Amino acid sequence: MDSLFYLFHGFATAIEPANLIYAAVGVIIGTAVGVLPGIGPALTVALLLPVTFKLDPGGSIIMFAGIYYGGMYGGSTTAILLNTPGESASVVTALEGNKMARSGRGGPALATAAIGSFVAALIATIGLAFLAPMLVKVAVKFGPWDYFGLMLIAFVTVSATFGSSPLRGLTSLAFGLWLGLMGIDQLTGQARLTFGVPELLDGVEVTTLAVGLFAIGEALIVASRHLYKPEKPIPVKGSIWMSKEDWKRSWKPWLRGTVIGFPIGALPAGGAEIPTFLSYNIERKLSKKPEEFGYGAIEGVAGPEAANNASAAGTLVPLLTLGLPTSATAAVMLAGFQQYNIQPGPLLFTQHADLVWGLVASLFIANVMLLVLNLPLVGLWVRLLKIPLPWLYAGILVFASMGTIAANPSVVELLLLTGFGVIGFFMRKFDYPIAPAVVGLILGPLADSALRRSLQMSLGDPMILFQHWSSAIMICIAVIALVAPFLFRGLSRFQQDED
Amino acid sequence: MTSKTLSVANRPAAVVAIILFAIAVITYWDASLMKVRASYGMSASAASYFVAILFAALAIGHLVSAFRPRDVEAEVTDWKAVSWIGLGLAGLIGSIWLGGGFILGSTLLFALTARAFGNKAIVKDLCLGAIIGVIIFLMFNKLLTLALPQGPLERLF
Repeated sequence: MDSLFYLFHGFATAIEPANLIYAAVGVIIGTAVGVLPGIGPALTVALLLPVTFKLDPGGSIIMFAGIYYGGMYGGSTTAILLNTPGESASVVTALEGNKMARSGRGGPALATAAIGSFVAALIATIGLAFLAPMLVKVAVKFGPWDYFGLMLIAFVTVSATFGSSPLRGLTSLAFGLWLGLMGIDQLTGQARLTFGVPELLDGVEVTTLAVGLFAIGEALIVASRHLYKPEKPIPVKGSIWMSKEDWKRSWKPWLRGTVIGFPIGALPAGGAEIPTFLSYNIERKLSKKPEEFGYGAIEGVAGPEAANNASAAGTLVPLLTLGLPTSATAAVMLAGFQQYNIQPGPLLFTQHADLVWGLVASLFIANVMLLVLNLPLVGLWVRLLKIPLPWLYAGILVFASMGTIAANPSVVELLLLTGFGVIGFFMRKFDYPIAPAVVGLILGPLADSALRRSLQMSLGDPMILFQHWSSAIMICIAVIALVAPFLFRGLSRFQQDED
Repeated sequence: MTSKTLSVANRPAAVVAIILFAIAVITYWDASLMKVRASYGMSASAASYFVAILFAALAIGHLVSAFRPRDVEAEVTDWKAVSWIGLGLAGLIGSIWLGGGFILGSTLLFALTARAFGNKAIVKDLCLGAIIGVIIFLMFNKLLTLALPQGPLERLF
């Protein structure tokens, strides 16, 4: 019951006026970027990192979490009314949601998405509050070899197991690992891969990579494909409230979606796409009216939306307790923690207990804010879609480059940003996933140091990784996850996208 | 394609294979320059060697797939739009390099990106870009006390 005590304490932190404002700003920005096409929560947090550099750490992290949750809500609005999902986690929502909107049932579709997201995020955040301390108790016993094993699993699952091509996923990961090598080695003080450029001695900033790959790469690909003819959102006609039958058909999919989404989000296999696809398929099988699927079945919106938000909360479990990001947004949030010299992991819960529990409590508050903001104000959010795309992307690029030079005012940093943008463009063009590169850059140096600490403790004997059953099992899982996609081509049905 | 028995069906994969192999060589060479060794355990160059080997392996993988038909469909790319954005980024970098400051650079970036997305009203976009640049500059330098690069325009404030 310690959790409850800490949680109440967390609420005391979260309802401080300043933190309430941070949460509100977070959910508003998050919803806005979720609604806008082309900008996901990962990019938004990356853009805001340099801006929040000098703000209060607790407040900024609360704001980032608000953006994460808000982005999930906003994405469903675009998916339902526009059929172009704002972020990949709501691709499935577009299947039925857009059909509902076309047949004049946009209101109930938005409502079941919003209420389902609320229910799912509520349950999943309770799950987070109780699961995280238990995991921390296990995680404090972890040696560096266990962390190394965990990171191997994360590397493999993020890049190879669920992508459309393991080869391309691993290439993206290798690019991130390579960038992670750059700079001065922590243990021996030698420069790695700096090519005599003094600006590279500090290594590559995660934000520069993320902003370059996501923002500039995205702008280039959208421009090159002539995707700038904006679609008109479908106007919401009639009542936005759900009928009694809608409620009856929605509540079970909400709960099932939550049950599917939270554990998958919490596993280091990450991503919100797999649980949304799973939930959609399950709802289609269980539905009493399967003939409606494909023509606007409300279950097909309710289930995946719940799964999507539950997995967002689930992703925070490995992030906070182990320092292990399993999605691009989580990876960027980890960079956010690191910019304040806070290292997520088991120690976070003792060293920064106020911050963690304040964050968890803020998630509850942000969730309520989102429900209030979204349902009645949906007309306002839709108006954001009227911003002409040329100005939208021009604004994104100005903001992206500004954030980079504000954090590090040098031409080298801008050249890196542009270079990453061009690489991001070609990666998108030839279907290389982006997230593994960001995860590789963040986790690569951590895995390096975990391995070296293990080997120092064993006086150089690599067998130490297999002498502990825990790390041996994790390395086995990583190897299986690496080999599996080559053996079972069918796994690629669970394709994973960005964010 | 041609009558050759081994034809490169997937040209991009072949190009990527060459790039990956080049990175592998550079990384290996860089690691071989690192002389300080750890007294026991793994030295700093080990990770470099590992990544170099990973790159070499991926290069071979790409080389193999280069002889298979492409699984990603080629799409039309509007290189003109891409180069407008490139020009915008070059404008920003040039402006900061030559001391033109942030506002001038971001105005160029904004207007040229809008041009890339099909906006023809360049004067209107330049004005809007300048306004946004000034607002961002004031917000950053006065409110957040983050220093953006200054040029002649910025010193007026």
